[in-house]
Amino acid sequence: MSRHVVARADEIPPGGRKLVEVRGRPIVIFNLSGDFHGLLDRCPHQGGPLSRGRLTGLVEAGGEPGRYCWSREGEILRCPWHGWEFDIRTGRSRCEPDRIGTRSYDVTVEPGAAVLEGPLQAETVDVSIENSYVVVTLGPPPAHTEANP
Amino acid sequence: MAATAGAIDCDIHPSVPGIEALLPHMEPHWRDTVVQRGVHELETIAYPARAPLTARPDWRPDHGRPAADIETIRAQALDPFGTSIAICNCLYGVQLLMSEDLAAAFATAVNRWVAIELLDRDPRLRAAIVIPTQSPDLAVREIERWADDDRFVSVLMLVMDEMPLGRRFYWPIYAAAAEAGLSLCIHAGSAYKHPVTSVGWPSYLAEDYTAQAAAFHAVVTSLISEGVFAKFPDLVCVLAESGVTWLPAHLWRLTKFWRGLRAEIPWVVHTPAEIGRQHLRLTLQPFDAPTAPGLFERVMEHFGSDEMLLFSTDYPHWQFDGTAVLPDGIPAELARKIMVDNPRKAYPRLSRGGQA
Repeated sequence: MSRHVVARADEIPPGGRKLVEVRGRPIVIFNLSGDFHGLLDRCPHQGGPLSRGRLTGLVEAGGEPGRYCWSREGEILRCPWHGWEFDIRTGRSRCEPDRIGTRSYDVTVEPGAAVLEGPLQAETVDVSIENSYVVVTLGPPPAHTEANP
Repeated sequence: MAATAGAIDCDIHPSVPGIEALLPHMEPHWRDTVVQRGVHELETIAYPARAPLTARPDWRPDHGRPAADIETIRAQALDPFGTSIAICNCLYGVQLLMSEDLAAAFATAVNRWVAIELLDRDPRLRAAIVIPTQSPDLAVREIERWADDDRFVSVLMLVMDEMPLGRRFYWPIYAAAAEAGLSLCIHAGSAYKHPVTSVGWPSYLAEDYTAQAAAFHAVVTSLISEGVFAKFPDLVCVLAESGVTWLPAHLWRLTKFWRGLRAEIPWVVHTPAEIGRQHLRLTLQPFDAPTAPGLFERVMEHFGSDEMLLFSTDYPHWQFDGTAVLPDGIPAELARKIMVDNPRKAYPRLSRGGQA
């Protein structure tokens, strides 16, 4: 496991996103009302760049056909290539969440002081004690990822 | 003993011998309307009378229509195959009429003719209820007319009607069918309200015949997308005479696109492939795969289920000779499922004893 400083927190306002690269991995960071989340920038379908997808909300059945239930505006991402939807908070697909998802990364915001003291790695970001920073944790590979089912 | 002894034949086609056979089963006003208007025939061009496909040579009578009386049906469709039960899907021009009231009158007459001339005369026979799809209200009335008669096991619709069959216009029909424990049988054929292909009228029967599978594509997509199976979770839909091998590839394709477009139809919460396995069944004849060794198993692998195929002869249409109705290469255990177990699950009313 390793932790990487990838951006200053104020670079990614609520509703915003930033594509970063950590140890060769393209990771897109989202800010959902102050909660930061990171997804591998590759759709599990055919590798489309999720960082260029549109945000949408969660669309669910509203009891019976023809009725829609809308929630979680801005928390679902659609791949720009074929429209597959992903839950930004988990990386899981909306169509088959148990089977299909993109890799999701633990993202936290740390004060500059902690970044300067700790074992965090900040290869590409200049750190100062006045700011807060977005930190991505690279863990061991997940138990399962499925590509192009 | 025939290899099909005890089988349940899910698709045979009795012919109405002629319009005069229906007149006794019509209300006086409609009987008179038929006479006054000179309506002399209601056969459709779906099975041109003299086309080889329409009736096997040894099942084609010297005069009149094939499969038009109970003795003929017994001798040709039931006894040689050792059939335990056969379901009559009577294809007649009811769905083609422009007047919904006249269509309802003809639907009632056809069903009465089937009940009296066929079902009353042989305990092995069951039937689909012919309905005037032009008017769901009148169609529901026709379903209710027969709902207490367990010998009617399904509701018959043509794959090419006026609209895609998933549309809510038709839902009263599905509600009535589901309520009564009747399955839905969608049969090849057209009400001829539109060209039989989406690009216009073809020139030849070969084109028309091949186009049926494209219509089944569209209707399966419509039923799933519009949420018919979400709304009626117990409804079983039998696709009759659709061919077989087109379905897995089509559901694979629909599943693929659904993954990106499912937000339009969020009531589709399972993959179309899963929904197909749960709700769709297909009659065996005409079987459209090559019969090379091992290919039948390959087809079944693509289906991902051995419960979807239902035995049928498609009598009197010419799909095979003699009693060689089962395609080569079906393992015995699977043949038994196709002939008996699957039909029983597809038509819950078959387990009710068949009392009028």
